[in-house]
Amino acid sequence: MDSELRELYQQVILDHNKSPRNFRVIENANHHSEGYNPLCGDRIDIYLDVKKGIVEDISFQGKGCAISKASASLMSSMVKGKPVKEAEKLFEKFHDLITGKLGNNPDIEELGKLAVFAGVRDFPARVKCASLAWHTMINALKEENDIVTTE
Amino acid sequence: MDVKVETIKKKFEIYDVEKIRNDFPILSQKVHGKNLCYLDNAATTQKPKIVINELNRYYETLNSNVHRGVHSLSEMATQAYEDSRINVRNFINASSEREIIFTRGTTEGINLVAQSFGRLNLKEGDEVIISAMEHHSNIVPWQIICEEKGAKLKIIPIDNNGEIIFEEYERLLSEKTKIVAIVYVSNSLGTINPVKKIIDKAHGLGVPVLIDGAQAIQHLKVDIQELDCDFFVFSGHKIYGPTGIGVLYGKRNLLEEMPPFMGGGDMISKVTFEKTTYNQLPYKFEAGTPNIADTIGLKKALEYVNQIGIDKIKDYEKGLLDYATESLSQIEGLKIIGQAKEKSSVISFVFDNVHPHDVGTFLDFEGIAVRTGHHCTQPVMDRFNIPATTRASFALYNTKEEVDILVNGLKKVLEVFS
Repeated sequence: MDSELRELYQQVILDHNKSPRNFRVIENANHHSEGYNPLCGDRIDIYLDVKKGIVEDISFQGKGCAISKASASLMSSMVKGKPVKEAEKLFEKFHDLITGKLGNNPDIEELGKLAVFAGVRDFPARVKCASLAWHTMINALKEENDIVTTE
Repeated sequence: MDVKVETIKKKFEIYDVEKIRNDFPILSQKVHGKNLCYLDNAATTQKPKIVINELNRYYETLNSNVHRGVHSLSEMATQAYEDSRINVRNFINASSEREIIFTRGTTEGINLVAQSFGRLNLKEGDEVIISAMEHHSNIVPWQIICEEKGAKLKIIPIDNNGEIIFEEYERLLSEKTKIVAIVYVSNSLGTINPVKKIIDKAHGLGVPVLIDGAQAIQHLKVDIQELDCDFFVFSGHKIYGPTGIGVLYGKRNLLEEMPPFMGGGDMISKVTFEKTTYNQLPYKFEAGTPNIADTIGLKKALEYVNQIGIDKIKDYEKGLLDYATESLSQIEGLKIIGQAKEKSSVISFVFDNVHPHDVGTFLDFEGIAVRTGHHCTQPVMDRFNIPATTRASFALYNTKEEVDILVNGLKKVLEVFS
């Protein structure tokens, strides 16, 4: 496999694509939003159970490419148990990472497992795939129940 | 390899595809270090050298405005521009060049008819019939005018093979129907619709028919007088011509009645602040300075296709389609979307566990260009309950070796995602 391609499709991403974490519906979710990428027709539903500013539970459902599915899966495992404010901050960092704003040597520690998405910066057409779940989560947290699009 | 594939292979021996490939400079390009394998021809086709040279020749020796100047350059440019119109007329066998209107492309042609014909003929309670396999460009313009006029859009459903259900079409046709607008060849399914039958049926009730020929003109012989359609639209860039130039054919009596689509220079015969009289056909529908260079380039593209022969192209591409269908069907887990009996050289497919976007990115690294997504036909994706497909579409310069490259590329993708 080409090295640039291997950088994009890291084993962690392939694993999360194959067996996504938190891939379910939260019946009593107090936050929910639907995300849509008109470019590829992908849809995602994000469910959150937030209590006292803490994300007690988070899950997702939907159809998408490996990048978008793995991103939703990793996001859910990273955000679970964290304060909403921290989740929002993490999104900013993540967005900077995939759009190449952190350069070639991002601060891995702060990003944790999300660092596997660094390869996305070389594929501008795939930034939307990686960010759809995050945009949708931020929207759900704001309790805007409209459909989010990445356009 | 089985017997069927072997017989299909034999078909390729009579067509000098290597010679044809040499006419297209871009085909020798490398992508990610691999030979370009261009299988996105339903999106746009590559251009032969003679078209590229013609654009240069125009700008280097002819450039000036048409229908205006009395100087030599303007006269020569006007001549070349009008020659292209005659050439289009002959290519589609229309009865008069006055019925050939140059547009920016298929989308503009449909919008012109929807706005102009629609403004004149649609009223509350009227109906427009389209099919469930239309490109967004043959849906949205009709939605806009229907909403404005209080008319209704009626949709001919399609079956699991991706063919229209003709009995449903017959049921939808009524005295309320003011126009039928239907795609000749589906860009996402490859289905070739029985347009002659569709036109005849509508004419039985006196209803005019628009044919979206964007995916037909480069693959099939189009004879307007034989089809007897009322409008026919296509784009130059899908038949080896430049982008930004397209054609609207319309029957003279209908075009005469229709109000102008855009106002401006060239489309008038006399202007005062009290009243303007419009120019005759086709100029009534060509406001402003037209796309002269690309119109002249289109002539070369159509000549190129004629030189090879559209029927020979059709047979060759049918061979490619059969070979690709056979080869792709042997890949485990691959499902072809669109299995109509009559198909042009378009194959859409999906895998259970790999999304088209991932397929597209991996194939790109093999030098293979395919289209992934909904192909501007979201209702088709909804009909088959899928978000997207991977689409390989073949043109006159593709080879069976390229089909093999695609198959091998797909096998590599499946290894990674297994």
